[in-house]
Amino acid sequence: MKLVLSWLEELAPALARGGTDPSAVDSLAATMTALGLQVEHVLTVGTTVDGVITARVLRTERHPEAAKVHRVFVDAGDGVERHVWCGAFNMAAGDVLPWATPGTLMPDGRTIEPRPILGISSEGMLCSARELGLGDDHAGILILPSDTPLGVPYGEALGIETETVFDVDLTRNRPDCWGHLGAARDVAAKLGVALAAAPLPLVADGPHRSAPVVLVDGERCPRFSTLVLSGVSVGASTPWMARRLAAAGMRSINNVVDVSNYVMLELNQPNHAYDLDTLGSHGFRIRRAREGETMNTLDGVARTVTADDVLICDGDDVPIGIGGVIGGLESEIVPTTTVVALEVAVFEPTAITRTMNRLGVRSEASGRFERGVDPFGIERTQARFVELLRETCPDLVVHAGAVDERHPSLPAVQRCADVRVSEVNRLLGTALTATQIEALIAPIGYTRLDVGGDANESVLTIVLPSWRTDSHAEIDVVEEVARHYGYDTIGTAVPRSSMHGRLSGVQHRRRRLREVLLGIGLDEAITDTFLHADDLVRASLPGDAIRVTNPLQADEDVLRPSMRPGLLRALAFNESHRRPGVRLFEIGHVYPPGDRVSDLPPEYEGLAVALAGGTAPAAMAVWRELASAMGFGARVDQGKVPTGLHPTRSATLSIGRDIVGSVGEIHPDVLDAFGVSERVAWLELDLSVLLAAEPKIVQWKPISRFPSTDIDLAFQVPDTVAAERVDRAIRQSAAGLLASLRLFDVFRGSGVAEGNRSLAYRLRLQASDRTLTDADIAAVRDKAIAAVVKLGGALRS
Amino acid sequence: MLDDVATTLDRGVALISATASLADIDALDAELLGKRGALAGFKASLGTLASVDDRKAAGQALNSAVATLTEALQTRRRELAADARQLDLAAERLDLTEELSAPSRGHSHLVTQAWERLEDVFIGLGFQVAEGPEVETEFYNFEALNMPASHPARSGFDTMFTDYRDDGSVLLRTHTSPVQVRVMETIEPPIYMVMPGRVFRRDTPDATHMPVFHQIEGLVIDRDITMAHLAGTIDAFTKAFFGGAFASRLRPNYFPFTEPSAEFDIQRPDGSWIELGGCGMVHPNVLRAVGLDPDQWSGFAFGFGIDRMARERHGIDDIRDMYSNDIRFIEQF
Repeated sequence: MKLVLSWLEELAPALARGGTDPSAVDSLAATMTALGLQVEHVLTVGTTVDGVITARVLRTERHPEAAKVHRVFVDAGDGVERHVWCGAFNMAAGDVLPWATPGTLMPDGRTIEPRPILGISSEGMLCSARELGLGDDHAGILILPSDTPLGVPYGEALGIETETVFDVDLTRNRPDCWGHLGAARDVAAKLGVALAAAPLPLVADGPHRSAPVVLVDGERCPRFSTLVLSGVSVGASTPWMARRLAAAGMRSINNVVDVSNYVMLELNQPNHAYDLDTLGSHGFRIRRAREGETMNTLDGVARTVTADDVLICDGDDVPIGIGGVIGGLESEIVPTTTVVALEVAVFEPTAITRTMNRLGVRSEASGRFERGVDPFGIERTQARFVELLRETCPDLVVHAGAVDERHPSLPAVQRCADVRVSEVNRLLGTALTATQIEALIAPIGYTRLDVGGDANESVLTIVLPSWRTDSHAEIDVVEEVARHYGYDTIGTAVPRSSMHGRLSGVQHRRRRLREVLLGIGLDEAITDTFLHADDLVRASLPGDAIRVTNPLQADEDVLRPSMRPGLLRALAFNESHRRPGVRLFEIGHVYPPGDRVSDLPPEYEGLAVALAGGTAPAAMAVWRELASAMGFGARVDQGKVPTGLHPTRSATLSIGRDIVGSVGEIHPDVLDAFGVSERVAWLELDLSVLLAAEPKIVQWKPISRFPSTDIDLAFQVPDTVAAERVDRAIRQSAAGLLASLRLFDVFRGSGVAEGNRSLAYRLRLQASDRTLTDADIAAVRDKAIAAVVKLGGALRS
Repeated sequence: MLDDVATTLDRGVALISATASLADIDALDAELLGKRGALAGFKASLGTLASVDDRKAAGQALNSAVATLTEALQTRRRELAADARQLDLAAERLDLTEELSAPSRGHSHLVTQAWERLEDVFIGLGFQVAEGPEVETEFYNFEALNMPASHPARSGFDTMFTDYRDDGSVLLRTHTSPVQVRVMETIEPPIYMVMPGRVFRRDTPDATHMPVFHQIEGLVIDRDITMAHLAGTIDAFTKAFFGGAFASRLRPNYFPFTEPSAEFDIQRPDGSWIELGGCGMVHPNVLRAVGLDPDQWSGFAFGFGIDRMARERHGIDDIRDMYSNDIRFIEQF
């Protein structure tokens, strides 16, 4: 909302005590911001360019060698002849022009310097309207009236007045400030200055002449009033009104439309003037639209409306406007209009929102109705309209017979809220008395009707101003007290938390997990939440996924069921930027589609690790590191490989029947699809399961004081037998005497049968109660060999 | 014999001092003191001496010579060992700046860094950390927060809806406030909690906006919580997170779920202000929606962007860079 300073000052004369002095303007802006009327920018409109003065053309002269420019000799009133080169030829001797003196800084950033052409210098420049920011005209030099005094700033000569404008970002709870009066009232109250008197009530001075109204749908339009005015002559607005409208960002159209807009910008009450003679049956019908009904709106578009939209029709039921949103083409004010029907109405806000969204139309009026206009501001609007229109239509006649149709859904004339003084102080941390509270809010229209309560509790019955349609309850009044008391005067106090500040177990373990991953050199990524449907296909992920119904990018509507596509894309990006071998992890939510019956999908937090250039053992190493650091345990099952992973180099990780992750390598087809040329080691874990469990606390085992003995055993084991099984078999066979077991060599090749590999283990044997004898060691060795042989292996000699 | 012993002793001492290596010492040790060494020979021939006195004198001289030589050998051995260690050390010289590039520790995401720093500050102020689902119901994202279906403020959230249910009631949360509701539903006050998390708005990405970003909200519900407590907490946070030279202020704003509502700004030491986030006293309707009596309990809530904190801290021009997963970006922090 653009609030014009001079306008605010007309409504509250003592507002800016320092006038347009920059510090006074800044201080006013700060006051507005402190009240919640956040001033985004302070603009000055109607500024002129310093150093441009009026000058008269003495004569013009062509130069034989210059085709595109000529020489203009001017006099700025001091009798000195100055020479200017000029590329425009629209002037003659005697014309008065704006002349930019040498050294002038033009709005486009140029500084006017004596730039010689053909060795003859130019003293300054003659300006077009566009060069002075006065419009788009750049066809020639701006010619001023011939009686314009010479040597004066052109702004003065043209009567340009500057206006200071506050560009204010208004919140939803301040509908009143969409009119200058609302803002002026708020700021005046804060500064303790008075508002100017309201216009005198309307007096009908003409014969009875009505524009009757049939309110068919009063729920959408709780109040609709008409007033007939004759003696209207359509013409130009007064210059001051045109100037203020322009400063507020509206174009001047004609005196009637301008007054209508002006009143709206002042009182936040949209209104509409119709040419009464063009209205069928000279009246109005307000009804719901019929499904599919069409009408031509004044922007020249044929619009189709629905049964949820409200139409303003003439007395013959012909639509002339979409209620509260946009008018029609037919009954507009034209130059010959002499009799006007002024409509001032109130529309139901939520229906206005729906209509606006359906039609994609947002007008000055609809925005105001959506936020809420004063349902009892109609009389003042009419009075102000007449007062202002009289300035250009001295013969204006206000006819008796004004119509005011109301529906029971119109709010009560007087709405009240009971406000406990103790509640104000309890919420604000203040110690205000009832009197102080009243004094803070009475100037903004929250007046005390009554004081009740008892000795312990004083309760104020506060009348809520009708223009504050956002105010309903005690808490709304508390906020007004807070605003006018001043948020910065409320003070500060730090509450003493009665909770113990800490991370939860899961949060703590998540941090540890991240530390472990960072420690082994992985970098953290955050990849896209939204995937392309193709991503699922390319990553060989199941096609059923949750989709966004209104995605930002039409084709990126899939909520990721896995972080795989995102991480692969990140690897491909880095590879294409000469950074192969990137090792990334991501901790984030993934969204499997679930059953679509539960309240919410089975979203969970996952970890994904992608190591470019890494192979399955690297992924296993990360898993082992995490398992050891975090106390995770899971079965590695190579029999079940999720789709999209390398079929012979991947496994699922399970706990009991639950799959908690997968480990291995990305399938080469998937890598091809994502444009990754290196192998990619992959680990994916469901952290909602793995982080949920508190790891077991490790219990101390005594360290044996007896010597240990190492034996090395190498077996030839068929590839079909997992090393994990060999490991388990050895551990079981050595029972209590095995201090540690380490696989230290794996070998395929000469000396090892086809389809087999050599697995070499080092067993460290130790007893807790004695030194092992040769017989003990031999027994363990024999049992271990027997166990591996049972699996199909053979001791290598 | 006494003379012979003396001569051998003198010769031995001279030889010891002339040794140049530990090997020489070992050889000399054997020659002088070994089983077949010079002194051993004298010891064996002690019995050939006639008088007891002679035998005693010779024996004493012999013992003394053995002791002297043993001592001299040890001293020399230590000297030579020290020399040898010195030589070894000199030969082992390394240039410690000859560093081959090796895998370094990884880098956590800037969002994570800011997220954890924020959590830590609030933990220090006595808060716990709550989390919740990113895919939410309309109820938790709007209705429970004093935004019924027709509330115009809903349109300001640029919500993305999902097809999870046919009625379109499941959406991507537009703020972490649903977690506040879930916390209030499950935990009896007093509540001092922050809710960091990922949120979604249908915003076209640009240098300062992402459709997917991160937020941290705070919620305090206790007896006699006032707006001064809100201002005090914001200020305590500002000083703990940014530094003691930073200040904060509240100015009126509007949110459906708080009243009075405020925007909070922080002031840099140079006097300039940055808009940081929104806050306010929890609206009585929100308390009622979770079954808390607004006459018994009061509280405040606040929220602001985590990504923004990271961007401010590291001077990042374009927030999109933070989500590029470009290793050249990640490695910088």
